[in-house]
Amino acid sequence: MSGDPQQAAAARRGWLLSAPALLLLAVGATGPLAIMLVYSFLEPGDYGNVEWALSFEAWFNVILNRDIFDGTLSFADAHLSIFWRSAKLALLTTLFAFVVGFPTAWFIATRNAGARTALLFLITIPFWTNLLIRTFAINQIIRNEGFLNTFLLWIGAIDQPIVMLYTDFAVFLGMTYVYLPLMVLPLFAAIDRFDMALLQAGYDLYASRWQILRHVIVPVVKPGIIAGSILVFIPALGAYVTPRILGGGRNMMIGNFIELQFGQGRNWPLGAALSVVLLVLVSAALIVYTRFATGGDKPHG
Amino acid sequence: MADRSFSISRLPGFGTIAVAVFVMLYAPIAMLVIFSFNAGDSVAIWEGFSLRWYPEAWANEAVKDATWRSLQIATCASILATTVATMAALGTTRRRATRGQSFVYLMINQPLMVPEIVTAVALLIFFSSIKVATGYQGLGYLIVAHAAFCTPFAYLPIRARLEGMDLSLETASADLYASRWQTFRHVTLPLVLPGAVAGLMLAFVTSLDDVVITLFVKSAGQDTLPTYMLAQIRRSVSAEVNAISTLLLLLTVVLLTAFFLLTRKRT
Repeated sequence: MSGDPQQAAAARRGWLLSAPALLLLAVGATGPLAIMLVYSFLEPGDYGNVEWALSFEAWFNVILNRDIFDGTLSFADAHLSIFWRSAKLALLTTLFAFVVGFPTAWFIATRNAGARTALLFLITIPFWTNLLIRTFAINQIIRNEGFLNTFLLWIGAIDQPIVMLYTDFAVFLGMTYVYLPLMVLPLFAAIDRFDMALLQAGYDLYASRWQILRHVIVPVVKPGIIAGSILVFIPALGAYVTPRILGGGRNMMIGNFIELQFGQGRNWPLGAALSVVLLVLVSAALIVYTRFATGGDKPHG
Repeated sequence: MADRSFSISRLPGFGTIAVAVFVMLYAPIAMLVIFSFNAGDSVAIWEGFSLRWYPEAWANEAVKDATWRSLQIATCASILATTVATMAALGTTRRRATRGQSFVYLMINQPLMVPEIVTAVALLIFFSSIKVATGYQGLGYLIVAHAAFCTPFAYLPIRARLEGMDLSLETASADLYASRWQTFRHVTLPLVLPGAVAGLMLAFVTSLDDVVITLFVKSAGQDTLPTYMLAQIRRSVSAEVNAISTLLLLLTVVLLTAFFLLTRKRT
């Protein structure tokens, strides 16, 4: 194969043409990740940045606390509670996005061709519009003096505004809102390929609607379910903007905690170590995704 | 009548949920847009129609500055991303799949797989040492960072376009003694162009919307429109942000509609 000069020339040309893109990504994305890994093994500098001395302290600090007096180790409860909140909120977001996303995808897939294109476009627009703006829209609705509370006060349903902003619920709501299209699009792709004759077969065999859903539809569209879940779970786990705008300073997720290390925390190595942890978690989720989702099922974006 | 055959696929409650989802998806954005035209500065109590927030936002020197910077970065980054993505797409399609090709795919799609905050932190670490070493503080860092994460968005539509291309056209051109350059100029390029324009638009929108990476990479005084808005949201709510948001939304919808029309023509 490599003996064929024409093939070899084509391969060389392929590399040459890809070189600028590879260089750009090496400088602007992949290379810095390697440097970040190195930084996680250094000592924090006094005013941010690092001291070039080997240290495993940052990695210990990811989950452990070293007592400043006697050096005993204990679990860092504050860190663990942030991890737990991130995992919990990301899972809840994924679950709820599926619960409302599946009927939506099914509804779109069972329309006629024209309506389908229009509805898909309607799902896609929010997906491409600014995440910050969408999160901000939620903020304006649920804040104390926001639309929802103002309306409820006005109709007399409540006499005190319900505090929704800066709670875990707000972060959950916001993330479901912004990531929902990522669930609907791959689900749609899977349902679209579903052979509706299978339903007929199921009903002919006296299956109930629920049995059909559980034993016929779900197994067939499973790749889409996995794809959608991973596509929602990954950005939700690493979310930064949504928890910052809707969770405030107290209801941090991993992303905000990482940022803190580069700001007031002045602990770059810890921030780098936390980033590596997040990257590993996300990579694990991606490996699950590529193992389960079939090759043809590639939603873009 | 077509509706009858669909009744079999109708599941109870699904239609209701779907309609609710569409309403919920658009209601907050609609509210945001509506209150950008509010005469008062509340974002919840309607005090009459007014266009005052638009000129007011524009009169703000910081907004003008951030808008100009955002457009500058998005333009440079999307052109850079589309150029390298087009070259890479030409280099990785229209021939037998090799291991090298999957490496290129992986590299190009890498920004889509790594959480943004992680890339942002890595870039902060990397660029801050370069800033110290070279003393250069300009927009170059933001342009490189944006171009990198925009490349996959530019690459996907171009690759899709090339994969759907009829290879025999290039062969025919070569058979007619066209030089390699002539073939590229008169056969390949016109065929790729719609894909490249589509990719350019996606890259532009992606760059324009970025918050996290910009926040970490920018030097002092280099706010883009999104980072400016983020800082505003933190302070207080004012319908000024609604006006800026509305204009940004409008730009996105226009570019996306153009993108859809452009890519739909293919079939």
